[in-house]
Amino acid sequence: MAETLLKVEDLAVEFDTRDGVAKVIDNLNIKLDAGETLGIVGESGCGKSMTALSIMGLVPIPPGRIAGGRILLDGEDLLEASEARMRQVRGNEISMIFQEPMTSLNPVYSIGNQIAETARLHEGLSRADAHQRALEMLVAVGIPAAEQRINEFPHQMSGGMRQRVMIAMALACQPRVLIADEPTTALDVTVQAQIFDLLNDLKDRTGTAIIMITHDMGAIAEMAQRVVVMYAGRIVEQADVDQILTDPRHPYTQGLIRCVPHLTQNPTVERPPLLEIPGVVPPLTHLGTGCPFAPRCQYADAQCRAEMPPSKPIDDDHAVACWLTERETAA
Amino acid sequence: MSAPDNDVLLDVQHLKVHFQLPRKNIFAKASKVHAVDDVSFQVRRGTTLGIVGESGSGKTTTALAVMRLTPVTDGSMHLGDTDLVALEGEALRKTRSRMQIIFQDPYSSLNPRVRAGAIVREPMDLMNIGAPGDREGLVGELFKKVGLRPEQQALFPHQFSGGQRQRIGVARALATQPELVVCDEPVSALDVAIQAQILNLLRSLQAEFGLTYLFISHDLGVVQYMCDEIAVMYLGQIVEQADRISLFTEPLHPYTWALLSAVPSADPAVRDRADRVRLVGDPPSPIDPPPGCRFAGRCPFAEARCVAETPSLRTIRSGHAVACHLVSDDGVPPQRRR
Amino acid sequence: MSDAKNTTPSNGSPGDVDEIFVEHPFRQFVVMYMRNYAAVAGLFVFVLIVGAALFAPLILDLDPFEMVDAPLLRPGEGGHLLGTDNLGRDLFVAIIYGARVTMAVGGAAAGITLVIGLTIGAMAGYYRGWVDEVLMRITEFFQVLPPLLLAMVLVALFSPTLETVAIAIGVVSWTGVARLARAEFLRLREQEFVKAARSIGARDRRIIWLVIMPNALPPLIVNAALTVGIAILFEAALSFLGLSDPNVMSWGKLIGDNRDYLLDAPWTITFPGVAIFLTVLSMSLIGDGLTDAFNPKLRER
Ligand SMILES: Nc1ncnc2c1ncn2[C@@H]1O[C@H](COP(=O)(O)OP(=O)(O)OP(=O)(O)O)[C@@H](O)[C@H]1O
Ligand SMILES: Nc1ncnc2c1ncn2[C@@H]1O[C@H](COP(=O)(O)OP(=O)(O)O)[C@@H](O)[C@H]1O
Ligand code: SF4
Ligand code: SF4
Ligand SMILES: [Mg+2]
Ligand SMILES: [Mg+2]
Repeated sequence: MAETLLKVEDLAVEFDTRDGVAKVIDNLNIKLDAGETLGIVGESGCGKSMTALSIMGLVPIPPGRIAGGRILLDGEDLLEASEARMRQVRGNEISMIFQEPMTSLNPVYSIGNQIAETARLHEGLSRADAHQRALEMLVAVGIPAAEQRINEFPHQMSGGMRQRVMIAMALACQPRVLIADEPTTALDVTVQAQIFDLLNDLKDRTGTAIIMITHDMGAIAEMAQRVVVMYAGRIVEQADVDQILTDPRHPYTQGLIRCVPHLTQNPTVERPPLLEIPGVVPPLTHLGTGCPFAPRCQYADAQCRAEMPPSKPIDDDHAVACWLTERETAA
Repeated sequence: MSAPDNDVLLDVQHLKVHFQLPRKNIFAKASKVHAVDDVSFQVRRGTTLGIVGESGSGKTTTALAVMRLTPVTDGSMHLGDTDLVALEGEALRKTRSRMQIIFQDPYSSLNPRVRAGAIVREPMDLMNIGAPGDREGLVGELFKKVGLRPEQQALFPHQFSGGQRQRIGVARALATQPELVVCDEPVSALDVAIQAQILNLLRSLQAEFGLTYLFISHDLGVVQYMCDEIAVMYLGQIVEQADRISLFTEPLHPYTWALLSAVPSADPAVRDRADRVRLVGDPPSPIDPPPGCRFAGRCPFAEARCVAETPSLRTIRSGHAVACHLVSDDGVPPQRRR
Repeated sequence: MSDAKNTTPSNGSPGDVDEIFVEHPFRQFVVMYMRNYAAVAGLFVFVLIVGAALFAPLILDLDPFEMVDAPLLRPGEGGHLLGTDNLGRDLFVAIIYGARVTMAVGGAAAGITLVIGLTIGAMAGYYRGWVDEVLMRITEFFQVLPPLLLAMVLVALFSPTLETVAIAIGVVSWTGVARLARAEFLRLREQEFVKAARSIGARDRRIIWLVIMPNALPPLIVNAALTVGIAILFEAALSFLGLSDPNVMSWGKLIGDNRDYLLDAPWTITFPGVAIFLTVLSMSLIGDGLTDAFNPKLRER
């Protein structure tokens, strides 16, 4: 429907570690349309944050290194852009909010100051205008009594409030893309629900596209239109949210959905054991040539252990990287 | 609660834990954190009682009070026939073997300078469990029981993954052959895929050893799966308590209802439910809470009475108690009457 | 409850156990230390000085107090590597022998500092409440006294032996260690593994010395390394002022004895000064290296 805003092509990111080179992101392809929310799910260490940092141009180099690929924002390759240009892009066109609302605000400046600073930096607003913008943003993100709270310091606010301030800061310059890296993990469910509503509402009003990183399938269901499932730095499945939830094809996606005891309205007396994904995410320095999920996959066979399954479309907008589906669709 | 008394392993009545805060200056009024404020519950042998609530609602403090790891301000607690509050010194130390705790954070709950095997063996040595010569074998068996290899005993905590550390925590808790195991958010710090491993482990161990769990979590899905009875806490008090089925099918307290609505759901039927509600504001501070219903500031149904009078926990029907003025005696909650 | 029949057993999950990366903590400690080249250099210098101090009597069959030649010979003159001092003593020999005293006093003073500071800090941090109040008031009392003055008074009151000097330095410098130990204890006592130790029936004594202390030690050991440096400076200051044992050779004493010849024979002051500087610097570099080696964040990645 809408035009493609952001496109990541064949991105590869490597880290030098004591145990060798870790392929933290390998062959990553995603696209983000204007006004949509793309969810990225996976266990910790699967490269979700690193994907976000790559798009922001914030991968720590060294020990990190962009080993290949392109990140196209409206056709402009951000990986080729100068540092000066990237500073413009960050905040102005792409913003990010982080998981930990406690540590991502500067404790020595008032929150109004911090939001105004962002606006002044990027849009060259005057002091008075920037203050006005900060106030508007605080109202927009639903901070009660914004006129008074604008002069408060981060430690005077609750976690939920701080995350709202982070969102206000991220949106101060009306970016086209907002990356939210587990924005509610540190918050209570009732506050999480408020933040989700706020993000959805802002998206509808401003058309900002959102990349929503989480490990919670419920949150994905509430927020996203399209979902990317990552495992060990690779995309294993990519589809529209309903397809992922009702017809997951990759064994890892299936596991992620089924291993969680989902809250239901009609619990039964019977409680069968939860499905487990055995083991843990392998160290990215020792991946071998086969499917990275093979050591934990109940369907793994010789081919899986020997060869990396390619990502194959099985439907419009639904792609899976698994030999099993590959064979099924071929048959 | 209809069960005969000899079935009750843990009986907590009117538990209060208050923390005195240091005065800001000598003229300031001293303020108190009402972390746990008049909480009563019973846990029957071999069952699991869940405590849910948002952060700061007093779940951990309740757990620590039961374990006598934090000072109890008021109230009574009995483990079987033993009065837990009255115990002191050596008697308290001896009784500790009957109750054990599994902590939330698998990183800070294991001493980083002690090997895994010694961590599990230590409680046996301190409590004189089994003959000293047998203990090595017992530790090995426990390792197998919780899904670790006995030869991993020689490793240090940082050499294990989060899920494996939690398994060590479980083994340590089982080492004294306790009757009661308090689980304080045992899976919250773990990855989704690892949570299932630990939850399944806890349930199979319960079946095998007839363990009684006091299970604390903020994750309603996990609580629904693990617990037989559930108490919902808000700001230091239990606002609703019921068995697993009734709490989730017929939540009575407006807070429970809001909490259930707030959980993001992968199930479209739940997501599009008409009566979903959004709370405004944050949970208020437990420092010197005002009189009346503590939920009044965020409750969509609050009226004058709610601010004036503290609602008491009343039993509406067998095994289902709620503390709200507007739940009628025949069990119709305000959210149903709109 | 019986429906937990374990159809997907948690036990022995494949893959769960094989990726752990096994390395002995001590080896990791050494590796991390070795990565800090400055710290390795510091250790090298320190070992050299300690070695010289230990083996001096075996190698040099000389008395540091003996007048071997004309006074104030330049370095190299008359076969004296570093020259001679105002009394015609060989400076090289005096510095080597001085290292013995300096090291012994520095080490003993640091040990006393650590023992007093650790005990007081541990008690205050672990028991909190009135114990903490009382101990911290005492600590503050010692902290506001001017340390050099206090040490001088102590040495003047008792006989100026090496023991007195070491004790005096220990008594004036333990407060920093006490505050640090208290802070570590306050932090660690809230950690869950300490609660876990209590819940399995460990007594206070065990918790303080065997559970918390090993975890509190790293920053304290780093601090002790720095304390040795400070104690050496202290000892030098006291000897310089003539308040140390006149019968033993030390670097501070050398400087003190030769202070009138600073302009005529600057080497008599410079060489002992350089020795003090190098030793203190090496302790500080070692402290840095220990910080790196103990830092669990760097280790866990
Ligand atoms: N500075 C670094 N040096 C080496 N490896 C790194 C570094 N930062 C990240 N990594 C590795 O990159 C991989 C992806 O990290 P990333 O933070 O993106 O994971 P994630 O899926 O977002 O996890 P989490 O949910 O824990 O935040 C991990 O294996 C991680 O260990
Ligand atoms: N030692 C303490 N001193 C002061 N306040 C405390 C102390 N321990 C807990 N609290 C407070 O008690 C309340 C309940 O805490 P807790 O039981 O840890 O909540 P949770 O439900 O998150 O586990 C919180 O407001 C917390 O800050
Ligand atoms: S490719 Fe093979 S091992 Fe990988 S997920 Fe598919 S079936 Fe499992
Ligand atoms: S007592 Fe009043 S304020 Fe409290 S929950 Fe019931 S209706 Fe809401
Ligand atoms: Mg992350
Ligand atoms: Mg807690």
